[in-house]
Amino acid sequence: MSDNGKGLSEVLSKHEADLQADWIKEQTAGSARRTGAIKEVELRDQCKEFLGLVIEALQGGGDLDVRGPRWNPVRDLLANLSRSRGLQGFTPSETASFVFSLKKPLFARIRRDLSKDGEAMAEATLAATVLLDGLGLYTTEVHQKAREEIIARQQQEMLELSTPVVTLWEGILALPMIGTLDSARTQVVMESLLQKIVDTASSIAIIDITGVPTVDTLTAQHLLKTVTAARLMGAECIISGIRPQIAQTIVHLGVDLGDVTTKASLADALAVALERTGRAVRRVRAGS
Amino acid sequence: MERIPILRMGGFLLVTIQVDMHDRLVTTLQDELTTMIAQTGAHGVLIDISSLDMVDSFIGRMIGDIAGMSRVLDAETVVVGMRPAVAITLVELGLSLAGVRTALDVEKGMGLLRAATRRRLAEADDGGVER
Amino acid sequence: MVVSKDEIMEIRASDHVVLVRQAVRKWSTELGFGLVDQTKIITAASELARNTLDYGGGGTVRLEAVESGGRRGLRLIFEDQGPGIVDLEKALTDGYTTGKGMGMGLSGSKRLVNEFDIVSRVGEGTRVTITRWK
Repeated sequence: MSDNGKGLSEVLSKHEADLQADWIKEQTAGSARRTGAIKEVELRDQCKEFLGLVIEALQGGGDLDVRGPRWNPVRDLLANLSRSRGLQGFTPSETASFVFSLKKPLFARIRRDLSKDGEAMAEATLAATVLLDGLGLYTTEVHQKAREEIIARQQQEMLELSTPVVTLWEGILALPMIGTLDSARTQVVMESLLQKIVDTASSIAIIDITGVPTVDTLTAQHLLKTVTAARLMGAECIISGIRPQIAQTIVHLGVDLGDVTTKASLADALAVALERTGRAVRRVRAGS
Repeated sequence: MERIPILRMGGFLLVTIQVDMHDRLVTTLQDELTTMIAQTGAHGVLIDISSLDMVDSFIGRMIGDIAGMSRVLDAETVVVGMRPAVAITLVELGLSLAGVRTALDVEKGMGLLRAATRRRLAEADDGGVER
Repeated sequence: MVVSKDEIMEIRASDHVVLVRQAVRKWSTELGFGLVDQTKIITAASELARNTLDYGGGGTVRLEAVESGGRRGLRLIFEDQGPGIVDLEKALTDGYTTGKGMGMGLSGSKRLVNEFDIVSRVGEGTRVTITRWK
């Protein structure tokens, strides 16, 4: 492949300036509605830097493996570009078109310069295709990774929002859990509940799992650990809202809830909590 | 020499652990505490560990031992103020400090000990023991 | 895995266990560990440093700030030239003890970290390597 790189490298070096001009034209025409989003000047700088770095990478042996260390500077440039475009709301194809739109002007130059030597032209074209495809795919990859990072961050935020610990009464906390309990989520919940116990000096915490569709062994163990940790801190946990299926699962899984207080409903749990903190609820007149 | 102070609070003793524990310190503490329980006739010991940012099995054992020694001397031990991260770690480590009572803070710990003392007196009354 | 920083500390006396704990606290804080993660690695370090002292007759711990696949972590390597462990499997069982601990040292520390490795030769010594990722 080293010769392919050489032919391509020569074409690129020779036409660097007018290639850049055509390429920019290609991009501003191709995505007319985006021209405002990236300033012409910025685009020109990016194109210029990209071409310069590609020529540099191709010099001294035509290694076309864009994952190789020789291509680090080019990849860094593309990664930055991809990330910033991703944040500006560009689609992956719009981002990748930065690289792909170079094909048309570049192929035209290759054809013009090497038309006399059919083999050299085919090789240079192949080299250009391999190179630009590799780099184009790389931008898509970075773009996607940037989006994934955003999703992961939002998931984390949701995780924190979805586990509110509320005070039911002075010294009595409740944690209404909703949705599937996976290991990571249970851990976040566990930590925020224990912290709230300290912050509010509450000696009883009710963990209500009415809104939890299923419980697996790991989750059940996490719940048990929470109860044990709370006990070490000097607080007591009551688990309420255990649905019939979950009760069955817990027994089938062989999870020993030990001496953990469990109640069918949050109301029952609150009654127990009030009683344990020396209080009682009394009807003062006939209700409706 | 480094020492852990033991305070008298009513009929109870309060030990606040604030420093990184090492062997000698533990031995000294256990000596002084047992002596003081015997001297004062205290019926309860509060161990405040709210300053500790970790409890390993060495400290876990120390707490268990203090509780055991106190029990023999007719005093009950309450551990107060364990931090959430410490509690989570302790559970993962596999220690549950069985046989040791816990409370969120010193005030709640005192409440526990008072209630225990009242129960003890009531039982003594029921048993018809003259005082 | 890239090691960006390392340090070797002696574990020859009870006070050294305290110093190891303080160093691990400092390093894990610098690495940006959350409070629970910090507490877990400090506790594991405390257990293992005490093992090195009590059963290994003293030794060293090597602290390493490591990086792998974009993750940062703390690796601790405890080494002693003591009698070694005859039955590793048994030593890793909850509640098994030959000394004054609670028999939670090895098995418990294993649960507190992400990676745990132990090599022991009778008559030559023991090396325990633990890593906790951020």
